[in-house]
Amino acid sequence: MRARVFVTLKPSVFDPQGTTVAEALHTLGYASVKDVRQGKYFELDIDARTPDEARRIAAEAADRLLANPVIESYRIEIVTTAEAAAR
Amino acid sequence: MKFAVVVFPGSNCDHDAYHAVKHVLGQDAAFIWHKETSLAGADAVILPGGFAHGDYLRTGAIARFSPIMQEVRRFAEAGGPVLGICNGFQVLLEAGLLPGAMLRNRSVKFQCVHVFVRVEQTDTPFTVACRRGQVLRIPIAHGEGNYYAEPDVVERLERNRQVIFRYTTPEGVVTPDANPNGSVANVAGLCSEARNVVGLMPHPERACELALGSADGLVVLESAVRSVTQGALAAVASAKAAAAR
Amino acid sequence: MKTISDELIQQHGLTRDEYERILEMLGREPTVTELGIFSVMWSEHCSYKSSRVHLKTLPTTGRRVLQGPGENAGAVDIGDGLAAVFKIESHNHPSFIEPYQGAATGVGGIIRDIFTMGARPMALLNSLRFGPLDDPLVRRTFAGVVAGIAGYGNSIGIPTVGGEIAFDESYTGNPLVNVFCLGIAKADEIVKGVASGAGNAVYYVGAKTGRDGIHGATMASAEFDEKSAEKRPAVQVGDPFMEKLLLEACLEVMRSGALVGIQDMGAAGLTCSTCEMGSRGGAGITIDVSLVPQRETGMTPYEIMLSESQERMLLVVKRGREADVERIFEKWDLHAVRIGDVTTDGRLCVKHHGEVVADIPNEALTDKAPVYRRPMAEPASLAEAQRLPLPSLGAPPPIRDVFRRLLASPAVASKQWVYRQYDHMVRTNTLVVPGMGAGVVRVKGTARALAMSVDGNGRFVYLDPFLGAQLAVAEAARNVACTGAQPIGATNCLNFGNPERPEIMWQFARAVEGMGAACRALDVPITGGNVSLYNETDGRAVLPTPVVGVVGLIQDASTVVRRAFRGEGDAIVLLGTGRDELGGSEYLKLVHGLVRGTPPTLDLTLEAALQRLVVDGIAAGLIRSAHDCAEGGLAVAVAECCFDTGLGASVDVPAVAASETAFSAIATLFGESASRVVVSVAAARADELAGLATAAGVPVAVIGRVGGERIRIAIDGDIVIDDSLAEAEDVWANAIGRWFGRPRAVA
Repeated sequence: MRARVFVTLKPSVFDPQGTTVAEALHTLGYASVKDVRQGKYFELDIDARTPDEARRIAAEAADRLLANPVIESYRIEIVTTAEAAAR
Repeated sequence: MKFAVVVFPGSNCDHDAYHAVKHVLGQDAAFIWHKETSLAGADAVILPGGFAHGDYLRTGAIARFSPIMQEVRRFAEAGGPVLGICNGFQVLLEAGLLPGAMLRNRSVKFQCVHVFVRVEQTDTPFTVACRRGQVLRIPIAHGEGNYYAEPDVVERLERNRQVIFRYTTPEGVVTPDANPNGSVANVAGLCSEARNVVGLMPHPERACELALGSADGLVVLESAVRSVTQGALAAVASAKAAAAR
Repeated sequence: MKTISDELIQQHGLTRDEYERILEMLGREPTVTELGIFSVMWSEHCSYKSSRVHLKTLPTTGRRVLQGPGENAGAVDIGDGLAAVFKIESHNHPSFIEPYQGAATGVGGIIRDIFTMGARPMALLNSLRFGPLDDPLVRRTFAGVVAGIAGYGNSIGIPTVGGEIAFDESYTGNPLVNVFCLGIAKADEIVKGVASGAGNAVYYVGAKTGRDGIHGATMASAEFDEKSAEKRPAVQVGDPFMEKLLLEACLEVMRSGALVGIQDMGAAGLTCSTCEMGSRGGAGITIDVSLVPQRETGMTPYEIMLSESQERMLLVVKRGREADVERIFEKWDLHAVRIGDVTTDGRLCVKHHGEVVADIPNEALTDKAPVYRRPMAEPASLAEAQRLPLPSLGAPPPIRDVFRRLLASPAVASKQWVYRQYDHMVRTNTLVVPGMGAGVVRVKGTARALAMSVDGNGRFVYLDPFLGAQLAVAEAARNVACTGAQPIGATNCLNFGNPERPEIMWQFARAVEGMGAACRALDVPITGGNVSLYNETDGRAVLPTPVVGVVGLIQDASTVVRRAFRGEGDAIVLLGTGRDELGGSEYLKLVHGLVRGTPPTLDLTLEAALQRLVVDGIAAGLIRSAHDCAEGGLAVAVAECCFDTGLGASVDVPAVAASETAFSAIATLFGESASRVVVSVAAARADELAGLATAAGVPVAVIGRVGGERIRIAIDGDIVIDDSLAEAEDVWANAIGRWFGRPRAVA
């Protein structure tokens, strides 16, 4: 089973990298891109029997290590092996 | 007194901290590998600068789980003096021994340059030999020194006098231009509620000899010596007083 | 077995003749794996086939030389039982393809070359060349290269203490990234890259092998064209954290005495390290590549042998010490894997799951690799380029404007935007930081310090390769002398175009001759170096750019001086004389857009006397600051001595005797005559210095005083520059930053 963990900076936190990326896009001519926030994406290959178990394990991993709760929040998507194979 | 310098895989400034306390200050010092479970009777602990675990994931995020950190936590909870320098400060934040977190510098670039910091409080083991308002010229060298804490946390830190060092002009004035990385409230270093754990982004161990450009950092390490020996003397004195009663 | 087609041979960068030689040496057709092995070992980058006959003429011996060219790095004795181990290397082609990783892995590679000798790396320098900064693509390359050097060097914790950066259109599609590293080892504990002792174990340690960088060596031996973008997958990604672990673990293993030899896997990875170690030890090596830790599935022996995955080392372990070695690496969370043995047959034998896939005599890949004496011819256009008809340039602009424009020109302006991204203080040894002169680090445990500088000037070499190369040696040694260090050894990185073109080969040969002559005259032996050829895009070559790195020894670290003036009222003294020499100058390029004329003349006897005088004067505490005259000439040098001090200067210099009177002031102020140093001394001791200089045969003139808030320069009493120190410094300090966004003012 695969867990996709999306870790992003909390809205209140200033993101200097995201700002730099936005400025770079503007120089390339994409004035319509108003703002950019940069985050992290993790793919966890988990040995779990149910999607709920995989989600629980991924959430623990995120709480303890993948995200810093002071400045980051996260969300999780579970992809079953069958779904992953179908893509 | 004896300093323990913790070494994580990827720590770089361990030798610099060791050199400063042993060869410049003439104290006893030992390297403690991150897998050890004992601080070997140290009187003070230094978590040095560098790139522990390559700064992978987040700076200090993996180092906080090292076996030695349990010992460091116990030592800190018992009131022992702990100094986190640069990457060491980041490890203390990730370990929750200090509040807040580090972000990338506002300029998104690593900066190695001398800055000025003002000593805000002198009642910590690492500032007891300083004067309130004293301005120190110390180098920084970091890409992620932009200290962040939520507004209510910042308010609490100020109220509790937990901000220990602030970036200022050479004259000691807090200005945006004097802030090299965007830290909230120009915070360069802070202490725990119990005041025995201190973290700072600048490198005092790089400013202990004039030949290297500044000796202003020496007073931070000298404070630890004074604090520990005075603490020992105080303990002896109160034991004597108790025995005399 | 796959048959070897002509196309396959060509794809491997081998000529028909070279293939015939392979057939002869093997006595049969090679396997595809063997073809791959030959192609990388016989590539220009690994075999030096176009350059060897010329490099052989360089001076490589001296009383301090402990290790000359032929090993992973050179070494010189610095006293106290210690050796300075150093080398410079290029990573030009990868830095064009992927600036950050190309530069980062260049840093990683040179660091490995140093610690593989048993030396702890202490300092880094870099020499960079880019196209003009007004090109956005160049800015991206520039920023990427700087970030890559910073990212790798900072993470591994080795300070970058200096360097140089220059600009020219010819580097636009061919940036040059040369990285220098210096380390310290115990003189009797230097470890070599040698395999010997039949039955000794061959170990692999470090990162897992992947498909990155395959044919990196052949790529470095080819020009770029439109298809270069397709070569992107060949770029390696560096892991400085892995290298830090490797560095500490390897030094620990070496201290335990368990090794016969060790070499890093750089260009041509496992192939190069195995056959070179075997070759040096007169032994053979047999390995089974199925034992090599791999991070991708289904890798073929060909891929494993040619992979240039970073941060890997090859070790030959003394019999019985295998468990010790494995244990030390385990402590650092590294896995050392035995992949083969040393043999006595002098062959590189590669197996895959026990089956032989390659079996080649080592010397066929190393000593018996092709050596070419390529045709040379002076470029037809050179004679014309050497003419500089000044009258045809019209009247020069006002002096004050030229002064400001030079200070703002990226070649001359402060590089602080760059070096503040490098940690230059880690390890608390740096006595002279970037921007203050040659980099200087102290040697803890002794009273000494080491100074180092990398210098080159492509314009001078283009206009006269022999003289231009001599000037590079002189400048690097002079920069080192200006900190009070006696030059004791040199390394070089030779960056040129396509050697199959006679004009390029001529440039190369003449430059090597000139470099050799200067090294002999200044007594700085070459202990090793690197050659980077084929720096061309669509047939347009870079300016021929030999970069020289010189290392110097300071006996008493407390006597070190920097470029900056130190005291109000100090006397400013000029050692050396200026001449009417604008050929190849920054002035000529900046104001008139020309690279013409002949480079400044060089009297090596005078240069040697000047350097000796400066070193002795500093050691005696007489000279308080020293700075040589380079790009921008005397006026820029004086200004640079004022910057970062808050102290201005007033000087009055004699006009150079100029054939074109309209350019007399320009030549006096901005000409780049060699063998000149601006020093400051206590006012009362100016005569003392003058006396010493005269006795040494060095021209000397007390030209002015330190002090005030202005930079005032007069020629024969007429003030021609009268500038505000603060404003001039602002222009100089922020020029490069202005190309990249808002500059920051910091303490």
